[in-house]
Amino acid sequence: MSARVPRVRLAIGSQFENIELVQIVIEESLRKLCLDEGTAHSIGMAVREAVANAIQHGNRQDPGKRVEVDCGVEGDEVVIRVEDQGSGFDPARIGDPRLPGNLLKPNGRGIFFMHQFMDEIDYSFGTDGGTVVTLKKRITAPEDVSEERDKEER
Amino acid sequence: MKISARHVKGVTILEPKGKITIGAGDIALRDAVHEALAAGSKNILLNLGDVTTVDSSGVGEIVSAFTTVTNRQGKLKLLHLPPKVNDIMQITQLVTVFDIFDDEEEAVKSFE
Repeated sequence: MSARVPRVRLAIGSQFENIELVQIVIEESLRKLCLDEGTAHSIGMAVREAVANAIQHGNRQDPGKRVEVDCGVEGDEVVIRVEDQGSGFDPARIGDPRLPGNLLKPNGRGIFFMHQFMDEIDYSFGTDGGTVVTLKKRITAPEDVSEERDKEER
Repeated sequence: MKISARHVKGVTILEPKGKITIGAGDIALRDAVHEALAAGSKNILLNLGDVTTVDSSGVGEIVSAFTTVTNRQGKLKLLHLPPKVNDIMQITQLVTVFDIFDDEEEAVKSFE
């Protein structure tokens, strides 16, 4: 199944307008999986948040720094890695935005969104800086219809 | 993202169309709320019926709008939350903060 879904790698400059581009490319690349609307929406939202964080907090909107995105299917999971060239952060210091003291704060919900929309979130930090956020979403009863589509198109 | 404004019985109804997301709709929403306040509006109803996507920055901007309006002794309420936006307001527990309506007439009346 995974062999039928091409791996996608993107490198973008640290500008917010590029977020849309990443989301469109990722969603298009996953179309062959025929994900239900809810799963596709969740992945799209999580990717948006990860790339936005990489641009805003990681690379601090430095146009000279890149954000790299890698998306593929590994086993029964969609796995997306988003890497920035920033100085890293401590995930443990991110508070729960639902706590009464945080509820009316204008920021601090990006990582919370990622956790809500995906099954697993991992962080790794390079020794020379840079953060890699790995987003994983299990795809239940995945179905690759590419062969059927190919037949229909012939 | 475009935001139109109309006025009904002393309530300014702001109607964004499209995405309220980082770097785009979030700024437009902020500007629209500030313009409404500058024009003397204290009661603002934010109709989200034509909003397709709200990300965490968009949520943050809606929260900012709420606190800005409240700090100026005004009220900001929400109308017509699309299902996906409603889900976001639920998971962030912001449904406990906002007055949310499905009916415009009822929403306008609530400001009286």
